[in-house]
Amino acid sequence: MDKKVYVTGIGLISAIGNNVAETLASFNDLKPGVGSLEHIKSRHQGETPVAEVKASNEELAAMAGFTKEYKNTRTALLGVIAAKEAVKSAGITDIKEFRTGIISATSVGGMGTTENLWMDYLNTEKSGEWLKYIESHECGDSTEAIADSIGVKDFLSTISTACSSSANSIMLGARMIKQGLLDRVIVGGTDCLSKFTINGFSTLMILDKEHCKPFDAQRQGLNLGEGAGFIVIESERAAKGKEILCELSGYGNANDAYHQTASSPEGAGAYLAMEKAFKVSGLKPSDISYINAHGTGTQINDLSEGTALDKMFDKKVPMISSTKAFTGHTLGACGGIEAVFSVLAIKHNMVYPNLNHVNQMPEISFTPVKELKKNQKIDHVLSNSFGFGGNTSALIFSRSQLVK
Amino acid sequence: MEAYITGTGIISPQKTFDTDDFLSDVVKYDTNSLRCIEPSYKDYLNPTLARRMGRVIKMGIAASSICFKDSNVAIPDAIMTGTALGCLEDTEKFLLAIIDNDEQFLTPTSFVQSTHNTVSAQIALQLKCMNYNFTYVHKGYSFESSVLDGLMTIAEGNGKDILVGGHDEMTDKYYRVCDRVGYWKKEVVPTMELIDSKSDGSIAGEGAAFFMLSKEQKEKCYAKLRSIKFIYKPESQQEIEKRISEMLAEKNLTADDIDVVVYGINGDARYDGIYDQLKDSYFKNSTSTYFKHLCGEYQTAGSFAMWIASMIVKTQSIPDAIMIGEKKHKQIKNVLIYNSFMGTDHAAFLLSQC
Repeated sequence: MDKKVYVTGIGLISAIGNNVAETLASFNDLKPGVGSLEHIKSRHQGETPVAEVKASNEELAAMAGFTKEYKNTRTALLGVIAAKEAVKSAGITDIKEFRTGIISATSVGGMGTTENLWMDYLNTEKSGEWLKYIESHECGDSTEAIADSIGVKDFLSTISTACSSSANSIMLGARMIKQGLLDRVIVGGTDCLSKFTINGFSTLMILDKEHCKPFDAQRQGLNLGEGAGFIVIESERAAKGKEILCELSGYGNANDAYHQTASSPEGAGAYLAMEKAFKVSGLKPSDISYINAHGTGTQINDLSEGTALDKMFDKKVPMISSTKAFTGHTLGACGGIEAVFSVLAIKHNMVYPNLNHVNQMPEISFTPVKELKKNQKIDHVLSNSFGFGGNTSALIFSRSQLVK
Repeated sequence: MEAYITGTGIISPQKTFDTDDFLSDVVKYDTNSLRCIEPSYKDYLNPTLARRMGRVIKMGIAASSICFKDSNVAIPDAIMTGTALGCLEDTEKFLLAIIDNDEQFLTPTSFVQSTHNTVSAQIALQLKCMNYNFTYVHKGYSFESSVLDGLMTIAEGNGKDILVGGHDEMTDKYYRVCDRVGYWKKEVVPTMELIDSKSDGSIAGEGAAFFMLSKEQKEKCYAKLRSIKFIYKPESQQEIEKRISEMLAEKNLTADDIDVVVYGINGDARYDGIYDQLKDSYFKNSTSTYFKHLCGEYQTAGSFAMWIASMIVKTQSIPDAIMIGEKKHKQIKNVLIYNSFMGTDHAAFLLSQC
């Protein structure tokens, strides 16, 4: 089967911008989104840097187009904003014109709301309008909010494979198009910051108390972030006559099967996922112009990913950077957000800097790109996403031969 | 996109493991929250490991082990599971620790295990299985998505034996929370009276059910899984019937070819009307059965239904406890499952004789 999957729309929101234009401006100005925690009351305020979306839930609801009373969690609001931008950018005016699905991903789901209301939920003497949030705890809730807001009915699903979640939703969408089950799919993911994840990662002692430094020998951990990123992918039939941003040429999923939270030192799962993505795309490692790494800034991830990359690319690793020092680690959303970055890298022939890198890691051969590079020739981008539970995924985006 | 069901592993509120019996003697409950009859986990897990694990993780690992043994598959070519609520017990434990201790003195175990993909990950870890691994978390489409992915993986030529499954656990606290938005009945309804109950709400359930989907027919074969369709928020009965008709037409079948229908009737007066209409008109010539009085209502109850349908096809029999009305079929070639969760996520599965 040699069917192609075209990317025709992109949308995102993160700490570095509420849409694609603002995001590009932040990259141009080298303005990271990492700062202090504002919207969550927590002991970690002032202590643990995070990459927060700079808007309250009320402001997000207005941006999402909810004019009347809404019952959406922050995760759902972020998702609706990014998915709507993606649909608009794909020039879709009639969502029912083709068989359309939505596949989203999230790791916290509605926990950002549940954690504030849990004790009230359990106290039957207290009651209020807030009871409406009970049903929004489930991960699928944000996906249904997105589907209902853009009118998608033909197919819905939600994936949660920790930090690789939205890379997997993109992969599933592509497979469904190739199998002829859908003509176009809005794929990506959404996650908001929560006390649950901030404290969870804190107990694992992998949060950097300073701005994170992916792939630096002195790296101390990750900064958590929040946001959503979606792309619209279409079959040849649905994409006909439209502006094609690029193709999703490859994807691969594997499991490291090493430890519940830690990646294997040699990055066996990461290597397998990349190997599968190359096989699907028919490309060779030497075809890749830029790698958007998972690069969280933790000791374990960057060593594991770096080692797997050195093996995959035979120590001839092309331009590579982690964008997580800009956006923070957005967990279930990062694969979607970084897919948008990968598409933009091809569209604008640019490579993003890996901020805060000073010291070369002795274990790996490559040094990440440290400045914003323009006027490059970016034809194929590899995007990695790895998560707890050994879940590893890799996507390859390629310049399309189909130019309008 | 078709596959053979060549193994099952079920842990449910009924006695569904370590037995060949097919619900001839069902466990009847006088409570609105059914919990699983659990095996002795030392048969499936290292006891030190088991002590640290939440209940649903243990149920998931045990049910998948039973499925591997039943299908005689050592390492599957892919693992995909569905869970709407993930590891609820661990999630609550970590959440309460945050609240009670004001974000201090926390330990990572329950956080690590609260991740929705823990069960698929633990299965992979136990088997050292580095193959494709997915976890679906979409309410009433969690298990259904894993089944669709299994069928797709086989159609793509990416595997011969695929493990799919659904697992969700209920806790006392989450039962009480959902009760506040009208999920459960206010009065206690005994198991065999659920279908006649005319009040709002259902009874809570839980379970872990795994299946081996195989490309080739094997000596042991429960049924052939031929199709699965998602019908999201149907606007009318006509839409449901149209979508089922399209599904059947793809396999050159009509409603009259369906010998037995397994309905997701849950005793909730708000939603059972859809099943009644299907039963009394569209599928009026098919034998009707139901199952949620035995396992309770939960987002991945479709997995219990798939076990029921697989067993009906394999044994060519229908236990009395799940029959509605009279037997209308001669032999059992085709079984259709129609299930929905809380009126939004509807799905239909088609199974046929091997």
